[in-house]
Amino acid sequence: MKTDRRGFLKIGGIGILGFAAKPLCDVLLRGDLVEASTKADVLAGKKLAMIVDMNKCKEGCRDCIDACHSVHNVPDIGNPKDEVKWIWTELYEKTFPEQEQEFITRGKKPVVVLCNHCDNPPCVRVCPTKATFKRKDGIVMMDYHRCIGCRFCMAACPYGSRSLNWKDPRPFIKKINPEFPTRTRGVVEKCNFCEERLAKGLIPACVEACKEKALLFGNLKDSDTEVGNVLHSGHTIRRKPELGTGPQIYYIV
Amino acid sequence: MYDAGKIIAGIIIFLCLITFPVWYNVVAGKAAYIPELKIVTEEKQCVESTEYMRANHMQLLDDWRKTVVRQDIREYTASDGKKYDMSLSRTCLKCHVNKADFCDKCHNYVEVTPTCFDCHVVPEEIKS
Repeated sequence: MKTDRRGFLKIGGIGILGFAAKPLCDVLLRGDLVEASTKADVLAGKKLAMIVDMNKCKEGCRDCIDACHSVHNVPDIGNPKDEVKWIWTELYEKTFPEQEQEFITRGKKPVVVLCNHCDNPPCVRVCPTKATFKRKDGIVMMDYHRCIGCRFCMAACPYGSRSLNWKDPRPFIKKINPEFPTRTRGVVEKCNFCEERLAKGLIPACVEACKEKALLFGNLKDSDTEVGNVLHSGHTIRRKPELGTGPQIYYIV
Repeated sequence: MYDAGKIIAGIIIFLCLITFPVWYNVVAGKAAYIPELKIVTEEKQCVESTEYMRANHMQLLDDWRKTVVRQDIREYTASDGKKYDMSLSRTCLKCHVNKADFCDKCHNYVEVTPTCFDCHVVPEEIKS
């Protein structure tokens, strides 16, 4: 058989393609990979956000804070230096320092604050072990297993949303919720947008606990949700948006 | 060799002392001791076969933690097709409620100190 240069190159090319067949089949036939990618698609179809309506929020009420902290085994150390907190209240002028209205702050009640689940989270960028990462649905999450307690994330977060466990938190938890792990000494923790509850189809504990309906939670990629409608219809502000972090907690003040 | 007697006697005494733990256990009959694990469940089988779990439970738990935390996949399909919730506290400890007589027995025997329960809650310990 006589082969010219052109024919030889064609056969060679097809032959090389043959080598790709097996890896391709392996990838296509792997069920777990398919499962993983569909799950990733589900998460990518979401953009979770929360709205805090300070007009409805009742001053002195701690329902959301207590609900969150008891569900997530957050210790009450009783000492501001060692304090661990996921959701708490902050003075108005400290929450929104760039809102430089001269007279407005006097009558303002303390604002409910939590992790902002930023679009561009500085804590994720600085984490040397990738213990903090951003999920496709927008949740900035922590893998406590990987946290080495370096506190870079605490320095990076402009909202003070992260706390380090300076001591073993277990003795300071009044009633341990067996459904959720505690943390250990030398690990940083923060709000996880109740990802463990979302996985069961529940809404975040703080939203559920608020009797005044001051907290709204939802997926901004869904059309016609309450969060979306509120964001489109009225004026909301975010904490320190000028830093470019893209916070996903919106405030009506 | 000078002082051969003393040196050889010294070496023998030294060897006796350094091997003390070994022959003491032989004499006391504890040399071939194997930890006995208590299984307190009605279930016939763990998520995988006993041999597999014995050899690979640490790898399995590691995979579970990665898929749950990183990929938000919480259901494990065992090799026999059964589905399980990937949770140390809710799935493993549901059958192995006796952590002290199950996990700890072996881990103490082989001198490993996994840090699982620094954070993860043992439901039985909470109750008591």
